[in-house]
Amino acid sequence: MAGSLRVSARLHRRAQLRAFGLVAPLLIFVGLTFVTPLATMLVRSVYDPVVADALPETQMLLKDWDGEEGLPSEAVYAAVAKELKRAGAERTLGQVASRINRVQGGLRSALARTERALRDVEQGPWRETMGAIDPIWADPATWHAIQATGERFTSRHYLNALDLQRLPSGAVVAQPQERRIYLRLFWRTIIVSSIITLLCLALGYPIALLIARSPPHRANLLLILVLVPFWTSLLVRTTAWIVLLQTQGVLNDLLVVLGLINDDGRLAMVYNMTGTIVAMTHVLLPFMVLPLYSVMRGIPSVHMKAAASLGAKPLQAFLRVYWPQSLPGVGAGALLVFILAIGYYITPALVGGSDGQLISNMIAYHMQTSLNWGLAAALGGVLLVGVLVLYAVYDRLVGVERMGLG
Amino acid sequence: MGNRARTAHVEFRGISKSYDGRTLVVKNLDLSIRTGEFVTFLGPSGSGKTTILMMLAGFQSPTAGEILLDGRPIQDLPARKRGIGMVFQNYALFPHMTVGANLAFPLEVRNVGAEERTELVDRVLRLVRLEGFADRRPSQLSGGQQQRVAIARALVFEPELVLMDEPLGALDRSLRDEMQYEIRRIHRTLDVTVVYVTHDQQEAMVMSDRIAVLREGIVEQIAVPEGLYEEPERAFVARFIGESNLLKGRVTAVLDEVCEVETGGEKVHALKVVACETGDPVTLSIRPERVAINSVPGRYKNEVSATVEDLTFLGDQLRVRLTACGRSDFIVTIPNIVGHSPLLRGDSVRIGWTALDCRALNHERS
Repeated sequence: MAGSLRVSARLHRRAQLRAFGLVAPLLIFVGLTFVTPLATMLVRSVYDPVVADALPETQMLLKDWDGEEGLPSEAVYAAVAKELKRAGAERTLGQVASRINRVQGGLRSALARTERALRDVEQGPWRETMGAIDPIWADPATWHAIQATGERFTSRHYLNALDLQRLPSGAVVAQPQERRIYLRLFWRTIIVSSIITLLCLALGYPIALLIARSPPHRANLLLILVLVPFWTSLLVRTTAWIVLLQTQGVLNDLLVVLGLINDDGRLAMVYNMTGTIVAMTHVLLPFMVLPLYSVMRGIPSVHMKAAASLGAKPLQAFLRVYWPQSLPGVGAGALLVFILAIGYYITPALVGGSDGQLISNMIAYHMQTSLNWGLAAALGGVLLVGVLVLYAVYDRLVGVERMGLG
Repeated sequence: MGNRARTAHVEFRGISKSYDGRTLVVKNLDLSIRTGEFVTFLGPSGSGKTTILMMLAGFQSPTAGEILLDGRPIQDLPARKRGIGMVFQNYALFPHMTVGANLAFPLEVRNVGAEERTELVDRVLRLVRLEGFADRRPSQLSGGQQQRVAIARALVFEPELVLMDEPLGALDRSLRDEMQYEIRRIHRTLDVTVVYVTHDQQEAMVMSDRIAVLREGIVEQIAVPEGLYEEPERAFVARFIGESNLLKGRVTAVLDEVCEVETGGEKVHALKVVACETGDPVTLSIRPERVAINSVPGRYKNEVSATVEDLTFLGDQLRVRLTACGRSDFIVTIPNIVGHSPLLRGDSVRIGWTALDCRALNHERS
């Protein structure tokens, strides 16, 4: 008895081991390609040691300086001069300067100039020498910027991402009007994503209904038609919309030929928000149709007959009997489309023009052009939190286990 | 009541139905159902019984003919305006509504006031003995309880005609038995007309006033339950209702009501049910319990010798399989009462039956 138990426990353990072995490649793959980069980026949004590593002595001496009694002491100037020279020699000055420059504009070139000028200077007085090289060294703001970027762990990026800033006094206040861009962009992204979600629902619901109520062979054909866009490159689909919507494009030509608009009044339908909405609705439509279809397939068609036999008009039957039962699909589809839309990048980048850009395009800009990865990571972090909040709200309202993803 | 019982509530006149334009699933159905009657369409799957019900409910339209409800044609009336209660296979309860909301639904769409609604829902819940279940969800009920709710929902708006499409098909045997009597009680309490569809002959026998036996879109016979069993007019009915020994034979002589048929080397006398002449092929139907074993010689018009092949004790009866009339599956059942002589496998016996209990029916190709 005990022996057979032991055998069964061993078999069980072996089965578990085998199961783990089967999923291990996927786990490793996901870990390397998804979890690790995600974690690295999230760390980057709060951890930035470049300035602290390059200017350790300056940072330590600056700890006692609070900016109220004017400029820092000669010792601080001496430290910064030494460490700037070292950074110049080690070729890390560029990174340091660009970080400080983000807090206080114009410092990048001044720092480089100072470093160049200091190469031949061996002796103080540093404050006067440096003040002579560039006036920034006589400005307390410069020192605040060096101080602020010197923190290894920083909330700077997140404050930035939310259009906030920390004053030298430590108070957190809104950015000046002209520097508030991210919150507006977040709002725009949310509103555009909502519009796209609603459009997808309005277009996808009837299609899903049709497929769910078709006999199997026709349903399969229709499903394939829904899936065809998936087999076409996203780039091709998006550029196809450019062909259709551009000023000299198919749609405008057609409208002109039909005399609905004249040649001078061609509509701007692409390289703006309209283009972004149209193309993204098209791209994301299958993500609405598929969960809707999978839920609708589970609603017995006899329910509509039952409602009719009980005296309900077709619209009543739909609103009272069918629609409530399809809600898990609506929720799943809407959540899926919204979450995809909120982080969508390629389509708005191609057809969005200047005012059709979404937050992800800004993240890409900071990743690729401004190389402010900390801020990019923080913007991504805000987006991630937003999506998680949305998911939690949905779970509370509808229950994730009721979500019909098929 | 006497007067009312004679009026036709539902009338099918020359109803045919084809789905593909070639084969008819219902062929020229003429049938009249009286007010307050419980009529069952009984038949195997594919016999067209559900199609008939769907045409009456308004979910299918007949290819030919007309359906009258209280004397008015209703082919052009949509289902929701027919005022017919319907109990579906697998209940079709709305899972997102409570039992109470399911029952209130037909009243709400008819704009019945809230107070009257509550009253009607309570009354119908009492009728199906589900008081106190109004706040449950259908998924929290057992199959039998769901079935009661489905019946209640078809009755709550007080229709005069209720259709039931194999409503007990999803229940297990004992529950089905219970529900049959429940439906019969409800029918008698409310005095509504019920049109019922099933493939289960016991269900049909328990509940129906009349049963229409369907086969391939044709009503083979419509009669009260006793009539179908005692006086089947078609070989299919004899086979489908109860158990029957069906023997193929050829008519050798005809005499008024009776004919002489040669089957498996024996000549037997049979009641002439099908019109036949000498030389015609016929099917003889003999009920197993109407055959006597080793009775007093000369007592029965038909007596043949047989060999006991198999004995099965079924509690209330003894089932005997014999070789007789050239067949080895001749079944005789003997009620388990004291005094019958013991039989053993291999015994040679004489079996006998009257000419009245042997019905000459249409020849069935098989």
